[in-house]
Amino acid sequence: MSLRTAARAFPTLVRIGFSEALAYRAELLIWVLSTTMPFIMMALWTAVARDAPVGRYGQEGFVGYFLATFVVRQLTGAWAAWQINFEVRQGTLAMRLLRPISPIWSYAAENLGAVPMRFLVGVPVAIISVLVVGPDAVPRQWWGWPLLALALLGGWLITFLANVAIGTMALYMESSQKLMDVWLVLFFVFSGYMYPVELLPPVMRSLVDWLPFRYQIGLGAEVMTNAHSLPTALKLLAGQWLWVLGMGALAVGLWRRGLRRFAAYGG
Amino acid sequence: MLRRYLRLFGVQLRSSSLLAMQYRGDFLLEGLISIFWTFTALAPLFVVYQGRKAIAGWSFEEALLVVGWFTLLQGVLEGAITPSLNGVVDHIRKGTLDFVLLKPADAQFLVSTTRFLPWRATNILTGMVIFIYAFHQMGRGPSLPGLLAALVLLGTSTLLLYSMWILTVSAAFFVVRVDNLTYFFQSIFDAARWPSSVFKGALSVVFTFIIPLALMTTFPAQAMLGRLPLQALVAAVAGAIAFAFLSRKVWLRSIGHYTSASS
Repeated sequence: MSLRTAARAFPTLVRIGFSEALAYRAELLIWVLSTTMPFIMMALWTAVARDAPVGRYGQEGFVGYFLATFVVRQLTGAWAAWQINFEVRQGTLAMRLLRPISPIWSYAAENLGAVPMRFLVGVPVAIISVLVVGPDAVPRQWWGWPLLALALLGGWLITFLANVAIGTMALYMESSQKLMDVWLVLFFVFSGYMYPVELLPPVMRSLVDWLPFRYQIGLGAEVMTNAHSLPTALKLLAGQWLWVLGMGALAVGLWRRGLRRFAAYGG
Repeated sequence: MLRRYLRLFGVQLRSSSLLAMQYRGDFLLEGLISIFWTFTALAPLFVVYQGRKAIAGWSFEEALLVVGWFTLLQGVLEGAITPSLNGVVDHIRKGTLDFVLLKPADAQFLVSTTRFLPWRATNILTGMVIFIYAFHQMGRGPSLPGLLAALVLLGTSTLLLYSMWILTVSAAFFVVRVDNLTYFFQSIFDAARWPSSVFKGALSVVFTFIIPLALMTTFPAQAMLGRLPLQALVAAVAGAIAFAFLSRKVWLRSIGHYTSASS
C-alpha cells in the first residue's frame, strides 16, 4: 500500500470515477440543481444593491461574484462524508478495505472523476458571466489564472478532507450525519457562499480568516473576480494551504484510529 | 372508510411516538441543534440588513416574521414529512416497496405516515419565539383576522410542502440513485426564508406558481401583518388544493413505473 502503487493506480481510478459520473448523469443534474443557491442570493443581493452599492459591490459586482461562487462550488464539490457514513453503517466499507489501496484514494478518485462533467456545467456559466459583467468576471492579470487554479485545488482538498474527517466520525459514533449538518450550517454562514465575506460585520470578519470555510468557496470566487491584489491573494492562499495540511492531518489521523474500531456489521 | 384511515393514522402516530419516547435524549440534542440552526439562519438576515432600513418593502422585523414561518415550516417538514418519505426512496431502491403495495390501504397514505419525529416540534417553538420577538420590536400585535388567516395558511403551506415532497419522491421512480433528494429539496426550500418580493422577473414567477415558496412563508407573514388581500388568501387555498391534486396524479402515474427489483 505504498504511495507509489497509489500514484500508479490513481489515474485509472479517476477514469472509473468519470465513467460512474457519466453513468449517473441524472444524479449529477440533481446535484447541480441543488447548488443553485448562488442564483437565489444573487437575486437577493441585487435587490439590496438596487439603490446604492453595498461595500464595493454594486449590482453587477454581485452578479459576477455569485456566478463565480456557483462555478467554484461546482468544481470544488465533494460528497465523501455521505459515502463513508453510508458504507460504514452498511458494512460495505469492508469491500473497499480488501483492495490493495487505501479507501481514501478511491474516494478521492471517485469525487475527482465528476470534475470534468462539472466543468461542462461551470464553463458556460463563466462565459455568461463574462458576457454580462464584462472582463471583471474572470482574472484580469495573467497571475490570476494560476492562483485561481491553486485556489480551486486547495478549496477542493479542504472540502474533500473535511468530508473524510466527518465521514470517518461514523466509526466513532452511530452516524456522523448530524455532524455534517452542523458543518454545513457553518459552511453556509462563513464560506462566502451566501454573501462575500468582506460584508460580514467586523467581529466575524476577522474570525473568518482563521476558519477553513472561506477557503473552500470564497477565496476561489474572490480570485476569479479580481477582488485581491497579488500580495493579499498570496497571503490568503498560504492560509488556505495551511488549512489543507491541517485538515489532511486530521482526516488521516481520524481514519487510522477509527479503522481499528470498524466491525463490518452485516455486509 | 374515513374512520378506518383515521384509526390507521392513530396507530402509525402512536408507534412513532413510542419510538421517540425511547430516545428522550434526542429531545435535548434536537432542541440545541434547532436553536443553533435558527441563529445561523438569521446570520444572512443581519448581514443583509446592515445599514439598510428596508429591502423590497420589508423592514427587518417584518422579514423576521418570514424567517419565523420558515423555521416553523422546517419543523413541520422535518418532523412530519421527510422522515416517512425518505423511507420511500429507500424502498424503491431496494425493491421493498412491494410490501407496502400489498397492504390493503392506499400506498401514498401508508408511506406518508410511517414515521414522525415529534422532537422536531422544537422548531415550531423557535418559530413562535421569533414571532413574539418580531412583534415586540414592532411594538404592536397581530390582528385577530390576520392570525386566523395565518392559521389557514399554515394548513395550505403544509399541504403544499407535502405535495412538493410527493412530487420529488415520484422522481425516484425514474432516476434510481437519488440519495441526495432530501438535500436537493432543502436547498430549494431554503429560498423561502426571504420575502418573495426580493425576487423579480422569472424567479418571482417560478417561486409563486411553479415552486410556490412565496405562498408558504411570505403569505402567512403578510397575513400576520394584516397586509394580505382576501383574494390572495382564496387563491392560496385554491392553489394548494390544485397542487395537491396534481401531485396525487403524478404519484399514481409514477407508481405505475415501479418495477420491483428482485433482490
